[in-house]
Amino acid sequence: MLQDILVTGLVNGGVYALLAIGFSLIFGVARIVNIAHTAFYMLAAYCFYALLVKGGLGFLLSGVIAVGAVTLFSVLCYRLVIEPVREHEAAVLIATIALALIFQEVMLFTFGGHYLGIPSTLEGGVRLLGVSIPYQRLLILVVAAAMLTVVWFVLYRTRLGLAIRATANDLEVANLMGMNVHRVAMATVAISVALAAVAGVVVAPVFVVDPFMWLAPLVTMLAIVVLGGLGSLKGSLIGALIIGYVEAITVFALPAGAYLKGAVALLIMVVVLLARPEGLFGVAFEEER
Amino acid sequence: MLRSTMLRSILAVAAAALLSGGAHAQSIKIAILGPMAFVQGEHHWAGAQMARDEINKAGGINVGGKRMQIELIRGDTNEIQSIPDATNAIERVITREKADFLVGGFRSEAVLAMQEVAADYKKIFLGAGSAHPQLGMRVEQSYDRYKYWFRVTPLNSTDLGKTLVGVLGSVAGQIRKELAKPNPKIAIVAEKAIWVEPIVKALPPVFKKMQMEVVGVWRPSATATDVTAELAAIDRADADIVFTLLSGPVGITVGRQMGERGMKAVAFGINVEAQKEEFWAAAAGKAQFVSTIDTFAEVEMTPKTIPFVRAFKEKFGKPPTYNAGTYDAIFLLKEAIEKAGTTDADKLVPVLEKTSYVAAFGIVEFDKRHDPVWAPGKNTGMAVQWQDGKKVPFWPPQIKGMQPFKLPAR
Repeated sequence: MLQDILVTGLVNGGVYALLAIGFSLIFGVARIVNIAHTAFYMLAAYCFYALLVKGGLGFLLSGVIAVGAVTLFSVLCYRLVIEPVREHEAAVLIATIALALIFQEVMLFTFGGHYLGIPSTLEGGVRLLGVSIPYQRLLILVVAAAMLTVVWFVLYRTRLGLAIRATANDLEVANLMGMNVHRVAMATVAISVALAAVAGVVVAPVFVVDPFMWLAPLVTMLAIVVLGGLGSLKGSLIGALIIGYVEAITVFALPAGAYLKGAVALLIMVVVLLARPEGLFGVAFEEER
Repeated sequence: MLRSTMLRSILAVAAAALLSGGAHAQSIKIAILGPMAFVQGEHHWAGAQMARDEINKAGGINVGGKRMQIELIRGDTNEIQSIPDATNAIERVITREKADFLVGGFRSEAVLAMQEVAADYKKIFLGAGSAHPQLGMRVEQSYDRYKYWFRVTPLNSTDLGKTLVGVLGSVAGQIRKELAKPNPKIAIVAEKAIWVEPIVKALPPVFKKMQMEVVGVWRPSATATDVTAELAAIDRADADIVFTLLSGPVGITVGRQMGERGMKAVAFGINVEAQKEEFWAAAAGKAQFVSTIDTFAEVEMTPKTIPFVRAFKEKFGKPPTYNAGTYDAIFLLKEAIEKAGTTDADKLVPVLEKTSYVAAFGIVEFDKRHDPVWAPGKNTGMAVQWQDGKKVPFWPPQIKGMQPFKLPAR
């Protein structure tokens, strides 16, 4: 049973990590409360489905177009919906909830409430410690690691990353220092939505595509980012693994309560926050600043 | 001149209103209640449309010597997402659209709430979707209030359990024979929903009596998008059968992820998603050998089954799911109205109670709870298995056209 928990927790943690990276960047680092983040993930999954399954364009082309189209669309949404209310956090929160619900209803209207399946990019699997792992899940782990590296590089080794961190730290001072804060925020939204879209393309084949697929990951992503500590990519990665392991342990220890795995994960988050309100890596984040 | 023109206009309007009222009086309004953006509602509506077209084409319903046409009202309950939406929808079709009869419903939680509204207005409500026994128990316990409810399809949860046991006996027998396992191991995967509770409580002791070893009960959420932990545990327990009780999208997840993991266990039980034609594509072609009890296939459950399934396929391009039982519900209602000679609900109830109607899925007779009577040879449902992208019927074995059940290669 131990090896089952070890492998299942790691693989599921990898799925969550890929979903959490973009959310960590937008919500944790840039402090833009974009509730529509996982709705963009849903849009990318639908776009990928339409191009791959209906259009027959192939995995790579469908994936590239889906990520590109959704990223461009997010820039448009930013200019039309987020930017005008950017200074009021509550307004951003409400506007992005509205955006997410509009996306959901548009998908429901366009594709109906049908559950759609996307073929795996990689077929087959391996057995590790006696546990069967499909290749698609290993691909997710690899993509999650690559995306983490890219985001870390952009944030800490480029001028854009410096600008993102600076505007997140103090919008007014960054503005006074001559930074175009609106352009920086737009770039942050675009990068984070691109990450969500990559997650949509890579993760959707292991899940079912439907208009409500954005809701459950949103709650889990919030838990992971807050648990790991706002602004800490490392924290988000470890938060994702913790949630993956907690869910696996819940299912193995309490099979008849498997439906509680999400609630148990959220409970762990609350307990950690009671002990460390800044999250697991919140202090390190402050020091980095 | 002006006055006479005005008078003529008023008279013309009044005559049109009278004529239009007359036209309405010539029709019987049946509200079809279902989540119309989802497959369940689509099939509710499709089955009802077929019944309406056939009945109206043949001259309508004979109500005491007067022919009346059927007029359908589309009641989108959105019940998968919201129960208040469902109660609002039923309230609307009764009060604003003046529905005479109600047919449909899917999600037990919503149907229980809608049943209350139907009872308030004393409207006959023919269920075509929910299996929860509470719906029938209410009729028994508070007859005068709930007597207007009749469940046409599916069988109630307890009776579905009887069918499940019957099919499982046949599957376990095949495992004993082909795999030389005298005590097949069975893992129960039941979503957390109220319709499942009576079955989950009742079946494990029955399985033990059937010489099967229950290795565990897993209860994922009905909307879970990932069951890898559950399946890893089931794999570790070396289960031969994954017994499913799933109505939500988790049914697709279980089917697909079992295939991705290359599990040797075979899935059988209730998997509502697996009853749909879209299941194979939704599971990305990974759900080989997933099986479920079902309602319709091109086999002769009754003389009406094959013609109905073929006509449905021709009209809508896919086979019907059990929610298309609205077709039989409307024909059953027609028969009762013609026998009673009236559309009065209180006079129709005793006629419906005595009905014995040959439907496309079986013979419908109601018990004291107004549930369809479970009876082998009459009304038990059937079982199907996905084999290479096709839904193949395999139970009851005595029915002509049934094909062999297959186990995954080991």
